[in-house]
Amino acid sequence: MALLKSTKILINAGAQAPVLAVLQLRASSWWTEVQMGPPDPILGVTEAFKRDTNPKKMNLGVGAYRNDQGKPFVLSCVRKAEAQIAAKKLDKEYLPIGGLAEFSKACAQLALGLDNEVLKSGRSITVQTISGTGSLRIGANFMSRFHNASRDVYLPKPSWGNHTPIFRDAGMQLKAYSYYDPKTCGFDFKGALDDISKIPEKSVILLHACAHNPTGVDPRPEQWKEMAALIKKRNLLVFFDMAYQGFASGDIDRDAWAVRHFIEQGHNVLLSQSFAKNMGLYGERVGGFTVVCKDAEEAKRVESQLKILIRPIYSNPPMNGARIASTILNTPELYKEWLVEVKDMADRIIKMREMLVSNLKKEGSTQNWQHVIDQIGMFCFTGLKPEQVERLINEFSIYMTKDGRISVAGVTSANVEYLAHAIHAVTK
Amino acid sequence: MSIFGEVPQAVPVAVFKLSADFREDQNPSKVNLGVGAYRTDEGQPWVLPVVRKVEKMIADDHSLNHEYLPILGLPEFRSSSSKIALGEDSPAIKDNRVGAVQCLGGTGALKIGAEFLRRWYNGTDNTKTPVYVSAPTWENHNAVFSNAGFEDIRPYKYWDAAKRGLNLEGFLGDLESAPDHSIFVLHACAHNPTGTDPTQDQWKQIADVMKRKSLFAFFDSAYQGFASGNLDKDAWAVRYFVSQGFELFCAQSFSKNFGLYNERVGNLTVVAKDQDNLTRVLSQMEKIVRITWSNPPSQGARLVAITLNTPELFAEWKDNVKTMADRVLLMRAQLKEKLKALGTPGTWEHITEQIGMFSFTGLNPKQVEYLVKEKHIYLMASGRINMCGLTTKNIDYVAESIHEAVTTVQ
Repeated sequence: MALLKSTKILINAGAQAPVLAVLQLRASSWWTEVQMGPPDPILGVTEAFKRDTNPKKMNLGVGAYRNDQGKPFVLSCVRKAEAQIAAKKLDKEYLPIGGLAEFSKACAQLALGLDNEVLKSGRSITVQTISGTGSLRIGANFMSRFHNASRDVYLPKPSWGNHTPIFRDAGMQLKAYSYYDPKTCGFDFKGALDDISKIPEKSVILLHACAHNPTGVDPRPEQWKEMAALIKKRNLLVFFDMAYQGFASGDIDRDAWAVRHFIEQGHNVLLSQSFAKNMGLYGERVGGFTVVCKDAEEAKRVESQLKILIRPIYSNPPMNGARIASTILNTPELYKEWLVEVKDMADRIIKMREMLVSNLKKEGSTQNWQHVIDQIGMFCFTGLKPEQVERLINEFSIYMTKDGRISVAGVTSANVEYLAHAIHAVTK
Repeated sequence: MSIFGEVPQAVPVAVFKLSADFREDQNPSKVNLGVGAYRTDEGQPWVLPVVRKVEKMIADDHSLNHEYLPILGLPEFRSSSSKIALGEDSPAIKDNRVGAVQCLGGTGALKIGAEFLRRWYNGTDNTKTPVYVSAPTWENHNAVFSNAGFEDIRPYKYWDAAKRGLNLEGFLGDLESAPDHSIFVLHACAHNPTGTDPTQDQWKQIADVMKRKSLFAFFDSAYQGFASGNLDKDAWAVRYFVSQGFELFCAQSFSKNFGLYNERVGNLTVVAKDQDNLTRVLSQMEKIVRITWSNPPSQGARLVAITLNTPELFAEWKDNVKTMADRVLLMRAQLKEKLKALGTPGTWEHITEQIGMFSFTGLNPKQVEYLVKEKHIYLMASGRINMCGLTTKNIDYVAESIHEAVTTVQ
């Protein structure tokens, strides 16, 4: 009886106060306490850009290459590789856990150089990963499980936004070393050395191999040499993130110089590689994770453990992109063509940097924009302040992230003048 | 002194080691009844005709590029895949309370689901929440959940070795004694490794207990279409649970039913109470995806989406699936016949009663070892065989070898 009565009361309450009735419903879900996840800062930029109806709008948030018509670019060597692969009518059998062997081998060779002693002695292991993110995640998991000497990963200040949550979720703790100098929009070399000299032994230090994201600021070779020596002295575990090999300077050897130098100097590094940008294979998820070991025996042990880590995440990696990349890397004519195309992409970026600066000067800007040319790779840390960025978005429909980072890939010869005009307007 | 000096050599994953051993074996009579991949009657991998067709369509369409997919995956893939699991006319879909995450195969879908549950299921720390997996189950289930942070993974009774069938009483008993809110991993159809599925009536009994005790249903659906040859029939259990008001996850794999093993095509279907809850759940899953693989691979999802959303191709796909399922059924029937004809001791009804790619033969480890070492027939130590490894050319040899094993090895 009492139960019926109370039900009636509830129903009445629901009629008068609909909110109560909704609460009743909500309470019966498993997910009532699940909070709304914050929107991704970069995705948010693209969402807003899409909604904007201004014909002059520009999306400078996108971390993907665009050609001079502002369109996505599928490399010709990729199309050729795809045609070759299609003609072979291959089956779709599972890859091994560590991925396509020809890909992993070529991936390591690309990074380290064909004649690297590490490859000759077989003292490294490379596994195919789900692009750069997947590579970093496997590396983070590996360190979390096996690098018991330290939980600390030191990232440059600033670093790619996704580094922190990846390492944190894997159970590592995040610390930072000085890197970017907002006063010069350049490398804070002294600050970096100072901070690195204080990092406790055996900590992990993450270095961007080239085309630092988000700043575009890279150390010069002499600076890399000093850092390598200091890091050696501090006995730190080096983790390189190389997402832009070839894309930074246009020269794959030059872009891999830091990685090779460190190895030469005796650092047994961890290395993440991505082929998203340099082969335009973004959505195919092509990457590699390499561990340089003491010897071949150790490499075998490490390999076996990497497989144990990979299996409960996704079992084995996707074939398509790795097959394309492998075909390109292992077919001389395609490889040559790829080098040319990668250089073309890098050159277009460099040209847009130069055009932006010359147009800013033409607009009459008296600010120092040298950093736009000195920085390298897809991104440029303009030095614009949040209020200025806001004005660019609201008044000019030019979209970028609040930190003033622009993707130079989104600049074309058709819109560079407009961009310069707008930047001048908010900074004069 | 190396930082990795203490890293031990890990034991290789059994099923892949089996394949490796098979590959190295030089014996001409060798048969691979190990890893779960479909084979034709010539013992060859089979790329579905509809897959070749759509592949070519994709390759010839130069308007397509390789840009990043959204974090949650290709929208047309996600929605059409969920429709496959829940049915075109699913009331839950009409209510806008079904969502999905494109994942790296079935494994990836289990992973994202597990990571989400550990963070958000029953309070914000589910490391101690019990996760139940069937005894036996796919060998990777345990690792997926333990790597996601679950500390208490338990078996629920499932396989009755004596009667070579489902231990329903044990199953229901374990459901009853499970702490409320425990998570149960259920095989939607074609149970791996036993091939033994509950009947519809048994599923109803299972659902009743689960509802009463607020147990969470996490379906693993890796063989839809492959089990009976009929997509809807194979999805009955999942759809029944949805009709009973369960909020659930269904990890779907398109590895087997599309033969797209190496393109890693999977979908985590999420059924929530309402759209509001669904939205928040997906937003958190997005965060998990971002720190695991950022966004999923494009090729396989495109292929499946085009196929599912184009009527003629969809029909052709269903036909291809039936071809595979029918060949498996034929091999089951023939193996049983041959064993009966040989007078092999024991009952062999379970070979045709079981369903899907696998059969739990009931052979013991010694008999399995005999088959592997003496007869070069490769199967899992559990006695699990992949029916797809049988062909009209090798079935006599396999039947005779099983007969030998059963009669000479105890």
